[in-house]
Amino acid sequence: MLTEILFYTFATVLVGAAIGVVMSRNPVHSVLFLVLCFCNAAVLWLLIEAEFLAIVLVLVYVGAVMVLFLFVVMMLDINIETLREGFTRYAPLGGLIALIVIIEFYYVLWVKRLGLDVTGGVAPMPEGYSNTEAVGAVLYTDYVYPFQLAAVVLLIAIVAAISLTMRRRPGLKTQDVSMQVAVRRQDRVRLVKVEVEGEQ
Amino acid sequence: MITLSHYLFLAGILFAIAVAGIFLNRKNVIVLLMCIELMLLAVNFNFVAFSRFLGNLDGQIFVFFILTVAAAEAAIGLAILVVLFRERRSINVDDLDVMKG
Repeated sequence: MLTEILFYTFATVLVGAAIGVVMSRNPVHSVLFLVLCFCNAAVLWLLIEAEFLAIVLVLVYVGAVMVLFLFVVMMLDINIETLREGFTRYAPLGGLIALIVIIEFYYVLWVKRLGLDVTGGVAPMPEGYSNTEAVGAVLYTDYVYPFQLAAVVLLIAIVAAISLTMRRRPGLKTQDVSMQVAVRRQDRVRLVKVEVEGEQ
Repeated sequence: MITLSHYLFLAGILFAIAVAGIFLNRKNVIVLLMCIELMLLAVNFNFVAFSRFLGNLDGQIFVFFILTVAAAEAAIGLAILVVLFRERRSINVDDLDVMKG
């Protein structure tokens, strides 16, 4: 019973926050609603005992990706009014598309059935079962090569993001350490033979 | 009792809201990126729910990889957005017509 109450509470907040992401006027509010979405999703994942992913969602997604979004939204000086025009014009179309998507989901899952029992519950895991351990046991054995590939993808993302946003402005008086270290004596020191004036 | 259908329906609603959001905010690139994140969350919901209710952990591994790729995508997308804003002083989709597409 408690599980149902928790599920419906967090699911309601999740759907409300998702609508907030879509509808809110200010992009900063959108990002904050998205953070709320991810927190609620993490709780819902905890309810079906996917503890590792729930924690990863909060730590990685809310902690890193959403903060990145927030940085960018606050850094850019956006004119909200021009971006909002056409919102009411597209609202009926958006609602229609959403309705069609929901009907399609309903049709596939409840009418076509997919040959599986979607109305059955599942017994809770036995005491002492560790979701993190189980995920790790699969991840580091069967999926070790995709795991390495994921690391490469992240590395490429780092390199791409840095090389895209790095810029060298001309005329900036920053010190170039490598040039300072690589300097030679003959570049800097010039010995001048000064002719001595004749003694009076 | 919470069943698989509860989670699937929730994920369906979430995905539909995200699709509607793409239609509503078609001028604002940042909100478009956020709607894509919302879609990925809905897909992850399905993966986690199936993984739990069918008793197969592979779905959770998939969610792990989707999170990795989504983080990379967000980082690169936002980097492109920053460069774009520096160049054009705007993130309006209508202004991005350099390639005459």
